[in-house]
Amino acid sequence: MPTFFEPKQIVTPGDLIAEGEYIAGENTYAEDKKIFASRTGLVEYDNKRVNVVALKAFYMPRAGDMVIGTVVEIGFNGWTININSPYQAFLRPADVLSRPFKPQKDELSQVLDMGDLIVAKIISYDRTHDPQITVAEPGLGKITRGQIVKVTPTKIPRIIGRQGSMVSMIKEQTGCQIILGLNGVVLITGKTLEDEQLALMAIHKIEEESHTSGLTDRITQMLKEEKSKQEEKKNE
Amino acid sequence: MSEKPEKLIDKKGIRLDGRKPDELRSIKLEVGVIPNADGSAYVEHGKNKILVGVYGPREVHPKHLALQDRTVLKCRYHMAPFSVQERKSPAPSRREIELSKVIRESLQPSIFMEYYPRTMIDVFIEILQADGGTRCASITAASLALADAGIPMRDLVVSCAAGKADDTIVLDLMDEEDKQGKADVPVALMPNLNAITLLQMDGKLTHEEFESAVNLAIDGCKRIYSMQKEALKAKYINVKEEAEE
Repeated sequence: MPTFFEPKQIVTPGDLIAEGEYIAGENTYAEDKKIFASRTGLVEYDNKRVNVVALKAFYMPRAGDMVIGTVVEIGFNGWTININSPYQAFLRPADVLSRPFKPQKDELSQVLDMGDLIVAKIISYDRTHDPQITVAEPGLGKITRGQIVKVTPTKIPRIIGRQGSMVSMIKEQTGCQIILGLNGVVLITGKTLEDEQLALMAIHKIEEESHTSGLTDRITQMLKEEKSKQEEKKNE
Repeated sequence: MSEKPEKLIDKKGIRLDGRKPDELRSIKLEVGVIPNADGSAYVEHGKNKILVGVYGPREVHPKHLALQDRTVLKCRYHMAPFSVQERKSPAPSRREIELSKVIRESLQPSIFMEYYPRTMIDVFIEILQADGGTRCASITAASLALADAGIPMRDLVVSCAAGKADDTIVLDLMDEEDKQGKADVPVALMPNLNAITLLQMDGKLTHEEFESAVNLAIDGCKRIYSMQKEALKAKYINVKEEAEE
């Protein structure tokens, strides 16, 4: 049962990764006991399972995921939300108002208007229906302040890091609050604009260099350097 | 244009542009050249210059075109007015509409269409400069752009033509050989699966000649395939080297 690539090596679509009793995991497919890559990414073996960690992909909704979206349409009985995915999500008013929705009395645009950003959770999605989202849980709802960055959705786990090491380090260094939407949208809220800019820089760097080694240390170093630069400027 | 050359191949077996019969033109491939698109590629194949942008999977407009069980692939092959010697009208011609269809059908088998029902993938192919064999170069570039967009694929599609100039079977026809040669056989291939997705023939060839032309084209495809893979990896490997130094 040979494998043809080392872990963390880059593969392109169509590359034969393994042959024999293997299971096709993420971004791979099997044909006649052969496992091929279906996206550009890094090879990863998990016992008999062969995965490819994609370097670029788009977000596919999954029930239970936390996402950040934009209101793009206000209908008669709900909002259409762009969640940075091939499918647009639907938000029902009852979930936002936390009481029954009365079409005669309630004006939807008063609650959430076009272009408003929300943190939401996906409640259902399948091949035949567009995803439905809700904001009726603590921590979800309209975003009032902060900055938004978009990254490739596959890089969100890298920004989180092993057991949250990366994101907690950035939070600690910059003093910002960071909410990671699994759809590749990140919300950063800090005390000052400079803090937010710093966190933004770190996230951009992670996105660009997500497939390289020793990244957490390099980000820490970069943040410390940038912070001391800012202090110097203040003192002048 | 200059006068018609009398012979496409000289006594030594060298072609008009100095190539041997089984030699490819110089090829340059690059991905991620259009930041606004989800995926993009730029290819220089001899004097051909082609830019491809891929968008999607995204919502289908108009909505009634959506398919309930798979995604819709749309291709637009377009030649810029300045891409040829005499100005080409920017309106889509008969030939462009046909090539759009041919390219779409040669890319379709490589994509997992059933993964994303009710969506659409747009492929825009812009020919900036044409010099024979644009359909092949377009397929090669479009497949790269699809991979760059992160669309799951069975394999990359590579394409290359072979044909008959004077009485020799030659690889990768350029403009003069295409127009004055005796036959043109474009082939598109998914090399790892060993599956042909496009096979056309224009002109006259005997059975034997056809077979050797197809084999020569497949050989050319495989050579371009390795360049294609390098181009896809280069985008990430360069970053890695810079970061880790």
